[in-house]
Amino acid sequence: MAKQISVFLENKAGRLSSVTRVLGEAGINIRALSIADTSDFGILRIIVNDPERAYKILKEAGFTVSETEVIAVKVSDSPGGLAAVLEQMSDQNLNIEYLYAFLGTSGDDALVIFKVEDIEHARKAFTAKGIPFLEENQLYRL
Amino acid sequence: MSYWDKEKECMSRSDLGILQLRRLKETVFRLYAFVPAYQQKMDEAGIKPDGIRTLDDLEKLPFTTKNDLRDNYPFGLFALPMSEVVRIHSSSGTTGKPTVVGYSKKDIDIWAELMARALTSAGASRLSVIQNSYGYGLFTGGLGVHYGAEKLGASVIPTSGGNTKRQIMLMQDFGTTVLTCTPSYALLMHEVMQEMGVSPLDLKLEAGIFGAEPWSENMRREIENKLEINAFDIYGLSEIIGPGVAIECYCKKGLHIAEDHFIAEIIDPDTGEVLPEGAFGELVITTITKEALPIIRYRTRDLTTLNKSVCECGRTHVRMEKVLGRSDDMVIIRGVNVFPSMVEHVLLNIPGVEPYYLLVVDRKGNLDQLEVQVEVSESIFSDEIRKLEELGATITKELESALGVSVKVRLVEPKSIERSEGKAKRVIDRRNI
Repeated sequence: MAKQISVFLENKAGRLSSVTRVLGEAGINIRALSIADTSDFGILRIIVNDPERAYKILKEAGFTVSETEVIAVKVSDSPGGLAAVLEQMSDQNLNIEYLYAFLGTSGDDALVIFKVEDIEHARKAFTAKGIPFLEENQLYRL
Repeated sequence: MSYWDKEKECMSRSDLGILQLRRLKETVFRLYAFVPAYQQKMDEAGIKPDGIRTLDDLEKLPFTTKNDLRDNYPFGLFALPMSEVVRIHSSSGTTGKPTVVGYSKKDIDIWAELMARALTSAGASRLSVIQNSYGYGLFTGGLGVHYGAEKLGASVIPTSGGNTKRQIMLMQDFGTTVLTCTPSYALLMHEVMQEMGVSPLDLKLEAGIFGAEPWSENMRREIENKLEINAFDIYGLSEIIGPGVAIECYCKKGLHIAEDHFIAEIIDPDTGEVLPEGAFGELVITTITKEALPIIRYRTRDLTTLNKSVCECGRTHVRMEKVLGRSDDMVIIRGVNVFPSMVEHVLLNIPGVEPYYLLVVDRKGNLDQLEVQVEVSESIFSDEIRKLEELGATITKELESALGVSVKVRLVEPKSIERSEGKAKRVIDRRNI
């Protein structure tokens, strides 16, 4: 389980750099990111080392921000590693809204951030199937 | 229910008619005698002052438009020598020659009287602390409200527009009970209050008197909820006198036009034909007590209806419906008339949508396109594209069904739409027609 920070961005020059500058100046490190975009706007999704402070700072800087619960799953860093996890999720009827990769690894494993429809269901299913995932404090310390 | 001048505000409509006719005749005689431009227009229309025998004869008189004021720039329509003129106001003139208006000592007194009436109608009294955040200067808003508030005997804080944080500090420290400004500035004040951590509960504010731009019923609800006040609409225009031409009472079922000083008509804006009571059209106003700049049948460009039935408040003066829009603010998109206030009304019906919006009109090829920019607040933001696109689609659908024209909705970042300390800019027209 982890907290992702989501930021609304217009498709205009300088918006992304402005968010990253605000975070950088506050000493917040971005550990994973993805951008979903349409022709008019985008949503920046990030995992940072201090989500609560990042949320506060971005809000004060005038951005539209939200916190979202996501899950950081350990995936074997080898061919077919992600496929194996996705198959298991499919078997368990876990609907994925989106996913993206974490920068860096946890031991030998890669990390993938999942936003799922029902996070409690996912948590139980992963535990039952022995799919390893990281707790919040473990993730931010990486 | 309190009145400033019950005898005038509640006089019977037959007495009012007699008063209006007498005053109209005097006005027409003076204009014909002292203002060559009016004499010429009346001669062209084939009407002499003694041709005005009943109020119905008013429609024989020619209209006055903003262009007449510009053509006679600066003082050509004044009916008094400059030695009798004690005040001059003027429009900014951003779209050509400014329109200049003048006042005699008596005009200023009447204006103050009308504003005192208006403030009383909104519940103000000599106990009120009135913060007047309309701009002071050439614009009639600031000084117009100011003189009325002093005549009422209230305590006036002449803050004018701008320096919003200080406005809020004074509001708290001086115990402001009545705020007067544009509705868009009232919203900006609320936004700044939130940033400063000031709650409406920290204030003594009871009422707001908002005008100088059209605003919807939903905007009223928004302001009343956010600031926890009673919000009243006030109407006026400098060519007629300034703020105080018409004001809402507690019933909020239309704005009472001060008929002992003005005669109102509704015309078809295309043909100029006078329409029957209750019809929707352009408001035309004739001043019947003004000395320095009397105006006959001024075309306000404001679209509304008139209702002469006696109001629950007891006032007999005709009520004009809240102005939907000034025909100058109207944009015509592929032949369809669109007012910013219509867009505002739709947006504020969608939960979570903030009252900040901008219409951008452009022409791609031969086709007009209307883009409506809407700010994404935290309450409508989602980390999923799908949900934001659904929101965009909902807004689009609601706007299209209300406006009858296709709309592109653009979601924009908070505070990216310019905030206004005076009249808000709601439309950018990029078409080169």
